[in-house]
Amino acid sequence: MRTTALTGGASLTRPTGRRAAGVGRLRLSGIVRYVILVVVAGVILVPIGYAVLGGFKTNGQLVGDPVSILPSPWVFSNYTDVIFGANAAVFWREAGNSLIIAAIAVTATVGLASLAAFVFARIVFRGREAIYTLFTFGLLFPSAVAILPLLILVRQIGLEGNLLGVALPQAAFALPLTIIILRPFFRSIPVELEDAARIDGCGAFGFFWRVLLPLARPALATVSVLAIVSTWNAFLLPLILLNGTDQWTLPLGVMNFSTEYVSDQARILAFTVISIIPAVLFYVVAERQIVGGLTAGSVKG
Amino acid sequence: MSATSARPRVGWRLPPKWVTISLFLLPALAVYLLFVLFPVIQAAHYSLYKWNGLQPLTDFIGLRNYVTALNSSTFITAVSNNLLVIVLSLALQIPFSLSLAVLLNRRFRGRSVFRLIFFLPYVLSEAVTGVVFSLLLQPGALVDSGLKGAGLGGLIQDWLGDPNFVMITMFIIVSWKYFGFHMILLLAGLQGIPAEIEEAALIDGAGRWQAFRYVSLPLLGPTLRVSVFLSMIGALQLFDMVWVMTAGGPLNASNTMAIAMFKAGFKNSQMGYGSALAVILFLFGLVVALAYQRFVLRRDVEGALTVFNG
Repeated sequence: MRTTALTGGASLTRPTGRRAAGVGRLRLSGIVRYVILVVVAGVILVPIGYAVLGGFKTNGQLVGDPVSILPSPWVFSNYTDVIFGANAAVFWREAGNSLIIAAIAVTATVGLASLAAFVFARIVFRGREAIYTLFTFGLLFPSAVAILPLLILVRQIGLEGNLLGVALPQAAFALPLTIIILRPFFRSIPVELEDAARIDGCGAFGFFWRVLLPLARPALATVSVLAIVSTWNAFLLPLILLNGTDQWTLPLGVMNFSTEYVSDQARILAFTVISIIPAVLFYVVAERQIVGGLTAGSVKG
Repeated sequence: MSATSARPRVGWRLPPKWVTISLFLLPALAVYLLFVLFPVIQAAHYSLYKWNGLQPLTDFIGLRNYVTALNSSTFITAVSNNLLVIVLSLALQIPFSLSLAVLLNRRFRGRSVFRLIFFLPYVLSEAVTGVVFSLLLQPGALVDSGLKGAGLGGLIQDWLGDPNFVMITMFIIVSWKYFGFHMILLLAGLQGIPAEIEEAALIDGAGRWQAFRYVSLPLLGPTLRVSVFLSMIGALQLFDMVWVMTAGGPLNASNTMAIAMFKAGFKNSQMGYGSALAVILFLFGLVVALAYQRFVLRRDVEGALTVFNG
């Protein structure tokens, strides 16, 4: 059991770069590879670049000359309107709602999942694997299945139209993956540390709080980042569970804005681009954790 | 390591173990049961009633909602749209992601930049992706002008307005957003395979393609299965992007199961019927999951090394 625990932990570390393959590498194939990669990168970046630069254009420029890359002249009013002008109230309200929901959901997900993963990783008892399997079951079906009854349920417990009524279900849906990623990390921490903590008078919670969590910080970072990205981008759940537009989050707001300003494409693009800045910044800073977490998830087989 | 593993594992003794277990486990279990499993069971329950979601549940109609669903051409279109996305994902998107993962599985200048770019769409919300692509794909907008400029004007379609083409467009955008995710999974899998194994095959006279096909690819099996599984589950619950771009139109041509369920439950107040659609969606997920379990179990039984005999 300890062996599987250790390999489980070891496989979660990021694989370091491979040596360059020295066997019969042709120069030409290197060039072909660059060409393919640059073309694919272009396909990814052109729509994003179009949106970013489009926000600096007028609608006349956008419609009249769709292929010219740079705006001429540059127009800043679309962006400034969203940040502190005509559309700022809507934007900041929606950003605030997104932030509150993400904060609650991520705290609940990581907190509850760490506690549960601790039990699954380090305490032996009858029925443990059965309960663990129950959690993994949550990964196996599309979450949309639960949506209609969830609305009825949230209504019944008086959380309809409450940001908490979105954040808690979101946390619940994130629990399976989070527990599955955390368990092998928690397992890989040596038993000797647990014994030492006990001799020093630590209870189970003391060990969990003062020893396990600090040691598992990289894993906690990974699951937090994954939870933040998924709650920040969530669409269907908030669409169903939030009542009025004044509670809407940014993804809903982006859709709403695009129907409201149908003929003002430049403004739509500016709003959309600003709404993705937090996620993109977050990604650039935390790429290591996101990629590490997905890798960990895939290793489980 | 072996010395410690020989010692029996002792749980926490004071306070009683079950108290500790309950305090740690119950909060997560309660939230999960209440917000995930209970609603799924409720969906099965509601699906047996004709119900608008507001009045008491009294009008029990047995399986009639299911019969209605299976006889509804709108819903059958939705099911076949989901299946189309699954088939195209397996046939095109995953091989494409695998090819890029292979290209990135070498050290060269700029590798990490490409990885960063390819994964970027995954962090954008589907709503944002949908809004941006709706604008790009409008008749005469960037995509059309770009194709015309490149002399490929013949490829231009009414991307989102043609009922026969709209799902192909959806699939292309889904791939744009998610291929990087699968590429990262597969790249991690490839990096877990020691370089020596493929090099040994090359020294033994295998060609590059043979070495990849008969040595690396079988070893990549587990990762590939995860990728296939996640792709299928994702394709089954396709909703956000479609809702933002076409809301299932034109003429219901881009309905998915989740869209049909949403429309039934929230637009038409047919909670019972919508729940039946949810249960059908669940059954599709279950089939995928069982198939996946079977493959994984078979791998465990046969052992990883038997693939070398093939």
